[in-house]
Amino acid sequence: MSRVRVLVGTKKGAFVLNADGKRDRWEVSGPLFGGWEMYHLKGSPVDPDRIWASQSTGWFGQQIQRSDDGGRSWNPVGNDFAYSGETGTHQWYDGTQHPWEFARVWHLEPAHDDPDSVYAGVEDAALFHSRDGGRTWRELPALRNHESGASWQPGAGGLCLHTLVLDRETPGRMYAAISAAGAFRSDDHGGSWRPINRGLVSAGIPDPDAEVGHCVHRIAMHPRRPETLYMQKHWDVMRSDDGGESWTEVSGNLPSDFGFPIDVHAHEPETIYVVPITSDSEHYPPEGKLRVYRSRSGGNEWEALTEGLPQENCYVNVLRDAMAVDHLDPCGIYFGTTGGQVYGSADGGDHWQPIVRDLPAVLSVEVQSLP
Amino acid sequence: MIRVVLPAHLRKLAGVEGEVALAVDAPVTLGAVLDALEAAHPVLRGAIRDHGSLRRRPFVRYFACEEDLSHEPPDTRLPEAIVVGREPLHVVGAMAGG
Repeated sequence: MSRVRVLVGTKKGAFVLNADGKRDRWEVSGPLFGGWEMYHLKGSPVDPDRIWASQSTGWFGQQIQRSDDGGRSWNPVGNDFAYSGETGTHQWYDGTQHPWEFARVWHLEPAHDDPDSVYAGVEDAALFHSRDGGRTWRELPALRNHESGASWQPGAGGLCLHTLVLDRETPGRMYAAISAAGAFRSDDHGGSWRPINRGLVSAGIPDPDAEVGHCVHRIAMHPRRPETLYMQKHWDVMRSDDGGESWTEVSGNLPSDFGFPIDVHAHEPETIYVVPITSDSEHYPPEGKLRVYRSRSGGNEWEALTEGLPQENCYVNVLRDAMAVDHLDPCGIYFGTTGGQVYGSADGGDHWQPIVRDLPAVLSVEVQSLP
Repeated sequence: MIRVVLPAHLRKLAGVEGEVALAVDAPVTLGAVLDALEAAHPVLRGAIRDHGSLRRRPFVRYFACEEDLSHEPPDTRLPEAIVVGREPLHVVGAMAGG
């Protein structure tokens, strides 16, 4: 029988949740790296025993941990994220120019074709790549050196490259999202980039439909339909059917179109999930009801999924990397909250159960579907 | 031998228990001890001082014989009690937060 392994990063360590294909009884192990902020853990699609983890604290900086045995043991690998060439500056909160400074790795994206190849999206926004199992990291500088780079300014969470989506069907194509610069696409393995923000409208910037400056929160893609992208922006849920060349709003009947995560059903490319949050200043669900919203039409028409989720007095947030889907049938959906709960649904979102309730604030959730 | 006391997070990261003992040639400076520490435990590179610049990370402190050496330059000579191993050099995670 298939099984799943859920990788949970929290503000004070990492946890691994294991279940068989029924996904009704869970074994919780951890904390791993107790006391460290675990921004992201993700397994290699080539070798599921290989798992990457971003470990950091404000005191002792960044570590990258690698497991080669499915998370039973870990070893630190390289942690030197040196910007390439002239470091340059970006816009600071007060409008002055500020030198690019490495702070942490937000997101690790293992390659689809080589277990030793992994990308890292970092703060201050840049993309790094390792081809040697994490021993060394090299910046792909064309993104940070884009002509608009000097105008990028940090969002409330910092100037972070938090989303990296690799297109398995189109060699060399990848998407990155940066807060608060927007979405970018490369068609040459990261050798060059261009903004793909046409159709985004953001009230919080001087020119609402500017080419860059948008606070994109997350992008999701179904691997079998890579031309279609879904985006949760600061406000607005968006969709593109041309690889990001243009976007249209699909917020439809959502109670709020502010939120952080967005994800796609493993077997239904038009079924997508978001978690509406009240507003940019009220980071909790509307009416104190934790509701995942599902659209089976790729947006615009949304239904609230509430069975098993708290429907009163719930004031947690769900962060951008804290939702994931497994590849079993029926598709499982998982998300973690800033209140330390990890919820799972083994039936595409119809019913939910708390897998674990009292972890530190959850920063990221990823799932591995295992034989 | 020079004795170094690390904070719990860094002891765990380096896989050490208790103090770290390091052989450091004279003159025993703050920078030389940190160089020796990182050479003995490469995983600590970047955790105490930044890669490249070797600047102390903002929330790391160095204490020796009840003195704060955090703001002293790397060529600062350590007190005799540290040099002869009577006292340890403390690498500390600064009190910060709430």
